Amino acid sequence: MTMYTPGSEAAISEIVTEGARTNRKMTIRGGGTRTLSSSAPAARETLSIEGLSGITLYEPAALTIGAKAGTPLAQIEAALAGEGQHLPFEPADWRPLLGTSGEPTIGGAFACGVSGPRRIQAGALRDSAIGVRFVEGTGTIVKNGGRVMKNVTGYDLVKLMCGSRGTLGVVTEIVFKVLPRPETAATVILHGLHDERAIEAMSAALGSPFDVTGAAHFPGDDPRTFLRLEGFEPSVAYRSGELVRLLSMFGQAQVAGREASLDLWRTVRDVHPFAGRAGAVWKISVRPSFAPALVLAVKASREAQALYDWGGGLIWLLTPEDGDAGAALIRGALSSRGHATLMRAGNLSVPAFEPQAPAIEALSKNLRRQFDPQAILNPGAI
Amino acid sequence: MSRIEMPSADRAVLARKPEIVAALCEAAGAENVIYDPAETLAYECDALTAYRCAPLAVVLPRSTKAVADVMKACSRFGVPVVPRGSGTSLAGGALPTADSVVIGVSRLNRVLETSFADRYIRVEAGMTNLSVSAAVEAEGFFYAPDPSSQLACAIAGNVAMNSGGAHCLKYGVTTNNLLGVTLVTMDGEILEIGGPWCDPAGYDLLGVICGSEGQFGIVTEAVLRILRKPEGARPILMGFDSSEVAGACVADIIKSGVLPVAMEFMDGPAIIACENFAKAGYPTDVEALLIVEVEGSLQEIDDQLARIKAIAARHSPKVMRESESAIQSDLIWKGRKAAFGAMGQMADYMCMDGTIPTSQLPFVLRRMSEMAGEYGLRVANVFHAGDGNLHPLILFDANKPGDQEKCEDFGSDILKLCVEVGGCLTGEHGVGIEKRDLMHHQFTRDDMELQMRVKDVFDPAWLLNPAKVFPMDVSHSRRMRNAPSEAAE
Repeated sequence: MTMYTPGSEAAISEIVTEGARTNRKMTIRGGGTRTLSSSAPAARETLSIEGLSGITLYEPAALTIGAKAGTPLAQIEAALAGEGQHLPFEPADWRPLLGTSGEPTIGGAFACGVSGPRRIQAGALRDSAIGVRFVEGTGTIVKNGGRVMKNVTGYDLVKLMCGSRGTLGVVTEIVFKVLPRPETAATVILHGLHDERAIEAMSAALGSPFDVTGAAHFPGDDPRTFLRLEGFEPSVAYRSGELVRLLSMFGQAQVAGREASLDLWRTVRDVHPFAGRAGAVWKISVRPSFAPALVLAVKASREAQALYDWGGGLIWLLTPEDGDAGAALIRGALSSRGHATLMRAGNLSVPAFEPQAPAIEALSKNLRRQFDPQAILNPGAI
Repeated sequence: MSRIEMPSADRAVLARKPEIVAALCEAAGAENVIYDPAETLAYECDALTAYRCAPLAVVLPRSTKAVADVMKACSRFGVPVVPRGSGTSLAGGALPTADSVVIGVSRLNRVLETSFADRYIRVEAGMTNLSVSAAVEAEGFFYAPDPSSQLACAIAGNVAMNSGGAHCLKYGVTTNNLLGVTLVTMDGEILEIGGPWCDPAGYDLLGVICGSEGQFGIVTEAVLRILRKPEGARPILMGFDSSEVAGACVADIIKSGVLPVAMEFMDGPAIIACENFAKAGYPTDVEALLIVEVEGSLQEIDDQLARIKAIAARHSPKVMRESESAIQSDLIWKGRKAAFGAMGQMADYMCMDGTIPTSQLPFVLRRMSEMAGEYGLRVANVFHAGDGNLHPLILFDANKPGDQEKCEDFGSDILKLCVEVGGCLTGEHGVGIEKRDLMHHQFTRDDMELQMRVKDVFDPAWLLNPAKVFPMDVSHSRRMRNAPSEAAE
């Protein structure tokens, strides 16, 4: 097991060029906090980007920040906080959920396309990413996008690279559009709703003009439904009042203030209720109104516990690891109306990512061949 | 006239026109095929009207299946295909060649499905941008991207060019509001990509299809995010003595944490032209005008505008005027959206579309006005100030020999300047043919080679809109793959 920790993009290019020449596979590693158990590294060599660190550009008035891929997320968030700004996509910390350790990096978050609860209002990580530099599987250094937020010059490879888990190239630098950090936040909380009713309440809130920036539902003995509002103090006060009134048909809502809200949405973002619990964890993307039926279909055949985020568009599902951890059941019930990713699952050999339609699968394979002809980068990661 | 070179027609294709037309008629129905040269003339250009060439034939299919059958027929004959939405491209994205078949999606214009609970609409891609918003308006929803051509432009074209608009500072551009597409590839395969849920299952194919300028496939259907309209919106006008001061004001507003939905900037010449044309009540004795719009309830609007006014006051504006009624608001926007029409009344013009880092604004505006002097041409600026997307309008006289060439040279110099200061050639209009030969200034050969390899995956024969986006010499060997006869270049 060889570990490379190059300190420059040029050095990465040399290592990858040599790897391509000698056909040596390598695992690309950021902070190592987002490794999915079922896509264990299949390479003997590891290329770490942690030696590539530092903010390369920050213009608060232009709402843009750029950083080398190995820069710790925490460092970027601290720099932004210093200017009253933040990363709009609210990247999750998956260490507690996945049982990993290390320091989350911006490159890792980008490679995995990690977006938190604010995704429904502010967009995903890919929506904030505006520029990227990377090393192709042949060692060639390529750039795409840039440092301006309106840019349609050439194809948008930034989106393609985002979420590709290092299989299309080694990302060396990323530029993001950022937003003002809201002055305050509040959370409207409804109690006692069953799943279907909770989704209806969240849809009503998200379909209101009150700019809801988070909508999650935690079922259980004491089911609670959370709706987040963010912005300037007077505005948040006004909108929470309006939202409570709008949702009165779903029961009497409470309003939690700023501190409670911050805690609460970290819990939602990082899926705390499933951290440290035995079982497989699935991350499922669906149309919100279909979410309760899907969960019901799964529960009819196996033990399962669900948490809903993104107004019901994201289901976190905890289910025992036995058999295929519910893969066939979940993917069968979905039947192409969304997709399910196995985030954590002991030592199962179930594919982590949703199998694709044959034509899409073929396209994806061809793309991979164009970017990394010998498939030396992160074999088995996607 | 034309200085932007296009490949000359493949004579073998031209010679087989009768056979090709017969195959198109069989695929799409004869009533949906246009091949009489008097009628194909209507498709000879898009909104970049300086460049014209009637295609071999035009097909206006009525279903995705028909599009697929037409694509198969074109592939069989090795005929280049030029996809067309409503033909409003300012970059020549829908310019045909004489040996090409234009496939227009204008007859694919139905709403297929609407879900207010899940906040999406599935439409056929020939629907116009504004008609999508109109379809959900009664329930209080809208589709956010709002290009100036929204009355006419099609969703298919919006997806192809990743169109923006005045309100994208808050709502993003097409790619941020697109959930899925039905894409017909050159070999006639129908691909369903994405859907009414978040995030891709594997690679973000949707992300790279959006903005691929019709070079990967023809988009026949789209799933779009719809949003609930805000309770209200109100613009404020602010006039300043100089562009530098206005630029500094924009920077301070952004740094303060207020996020207006739009911040539009006009310079002196643009203000006067728009005011004369639209009678919007703009002050004509200032050098720079900002239109800043905020959204929310009445109190929220008052609160945000109070913050903005306090910031602006530090920059000593000559004029600061809030809209006092819906009619005034409409008028303020009418002036801005009429900018192109107003210019068109004064002279011929070319509209540029570069983006710059906002910190470079004063320098770029100053340099542009110097260049205007050097070229002896007038330039007016209207642009999206919050995101640095410039729209310099260069005025020229098409009847004056050499003027258009001079205008094109000036335009190229402006775009090169945008790249030099860290920006890009096009913020929302696309590359098309217009900026194709400038791509060298922004990208290395390696950067472009990798992009072209993505096209290789979707369209190995390079039949779809082949002479666009990449400089002719850069794409030459790929375009020749499918040249059985001597298509002299």
